[in-house]
Amino acid sequence: MYKNALDKILDDTGKKTLDRRSFLMLGAAGAGSLLLAPGGAQAASRIKSSARIVIAGAGAAGLAAASHLANKLDGAKITLIDARKEHFYQPGFTLVASGIKQSPYVVSTTREYVPGGVELVEERVVEFDPEGNKVVTESGKPYPYDFLIVATGLKLDYEAIPGMDVEQIGNNGLGSIYHSPAKAEATWRAMSNFADTGGVGVFQRPGTEMKCAGAPLKYTFVTDDYLRRRGNRGKAEIIYNANNKALFSVPIVHEKVRMLFEERGVKVNYERMLESIDLGKKLVVFKTPIGPVELQYDFINVIPPMRAPDSVRNSPLPWQEGGWAKDGWIEVDKHNLRHKRYDNVFAVGDVAGVPKGKTAASVKWQVPVAVDHLVASIAGKESEAVYNGYTSCPLITRLGQAMLIEFDYKDNLTPSFPGVIAPLEELWISWVMKTMALKPTYISMLRGRA
Amino acid sequence: MKELDPLVFLAVFQEMLGPLLWVLILLIVLGTLAFVGLLLKEKTINSRRLVRAELAGLVGGALALVLMAKVSSSGFTDAGGPADWFLIALVFGLGLAGTAILVYTFMGWRKPVGQ
Repeated sequence: MYKNALDKILDDTGKKTLDRRSFLMLGAAGAGSLLLAPGGAQAASRIKSSARIVIAGAGAAGLAAASHLANKLDGAKITLIDARKEHFYQPGFTLVASGIKQSPYVVSTTREYVPGGVELVEERVVEFDPEGNKVVTESGKPYPYDFLIVATGLKLDYEAIPGMDVEQIGNNGLGSIYHSPAKAEATWRAMSNFADTGGVGVFQRPGTEMKCAGAPLKYTFVTDDYLRRRGNRGKAEIIYNANNKALFSVPIVHEKVRMLFEERGVKVNYERMLESIDLGKKLVVFKTPIGPVELQYDFINVIPPMRAPDSVRNSPLPWQEGGWAKDGWIEVDKHNLRHKRYDNVFAVGDVAGVPKGKTAASVKWQVPVAVDHLVASIAGKESEAVYNGYTSCPLITRLGQAMLIEFDYKDNLTPSFPGVIAPLEELWISWVMKTMALKPTYISMLRGRA
Repeated sequence: MKELDPLVFLAVFQEMLGPLLWVLILLIVLGTLAFVGLLLKEKTINSRRLVRAELAGLVGGALALVLMAKVSSSGFTDAGGPADWFLIALVFGLGLAGTAILVYTFMGWRKPVGQ
């Protein structure tokens, strides 16, 4: 069952096969019953194909999809299209903005993860034409396809907040951890100043779907912790503004966070959406059921509305009705990521219009399912692979501790280590996973190994 | 983390440690072989040497914890539950056992019993 994966690791690491093979055997034997777990997607043998597959977007989802396809197909023409040369390890942005890691920790290059045999086109897709089975890049060049995987990610819509200026992130108490590695670092400086002086810290999240819905909470917790460590918590007020009536979409997690916020003295406002900001006056206006409410801040972490990129929003791909139509998320089946109207189109990662988790963990479990269905279509078979919405969020609750929260579409908690790592307990071991194990897991995901 | 696959763990450790993983594995394999070889040769356990090796092991365990705290950006007051104490004990224990075995073996081969 593991033969192919085993061969791959042995191939990749060169000679000395005997030592490693025996080690692997030992490791596998030691893991005992784990061997009985279902095998990974790459365990199937390679299928010969001359299909043209275009992957729009070479972020986490696009690269992982390219690696899985390259593992499974022999002879297919796989083209990755993305203009950005840098690759960002986005789960690390919170750590950078928390002063735990420096920005190089999250920056690498796209090219180093592009699997052999896959062509990388360093351009942006500006037009999706699913009727004509092609995409067009900004230079006007068309790329016809037999199968398309859309993995463009999303757009941080800072422009939707009147008064916001991303150039000012890091100055005058303005933070925004999502923008870029440099701005995450700038946010850290602004937050660290706030932790030295105290005042009013304002935290919020947008009313749209967003990547890692745990991040706004994490950053609130970390700021609280820095204020305490520097002896200034008494001089500060922390206000968290939720966009709806919950702090987290999973009810049991909402309750836990509510209790922790209460314990830490974090004030919570519900049903508040950031409407505008005045950077000079350090004043924000929230839209609330009782009309606009103003709030003065000394530090704010601005999280903008998130939407599908314009090229996707202006194409026939998004949901045509319902809550997701407005923001342009792509209309896919939530269990197999296949487009509901275009059979040969899939969407994975942030741009997919599915109910949960725009996170790297979602990508990790979405991609093998989507690829399995795509490859089955090539082989003229049916795939039984199902994505149940699994995602995970190591929710940092203070420096050195986190809650390893894993859940699915049904809001069930799905702990990987039941009885050992309790999902709603603040643990060091969960922090260790976030700081040590997550990035290597992520990188091996990009390479199609995990 | 939904399915636990030993090969995924291997890939992750390889990503985390790079070539150091193979150095560590080599050290473990060679250290174990040398230790077993020493036991076979001497056909006994030298208690005096064992006690010294265990004392060195205590230092090794502590060093392992310091290393762990450093690479995970942790402090020493972060343990929050039983799983954490288990991890701390595991790291300390591995450092202790590893160092003790290596020191015992090294001392044994360098200066055989009776000399």
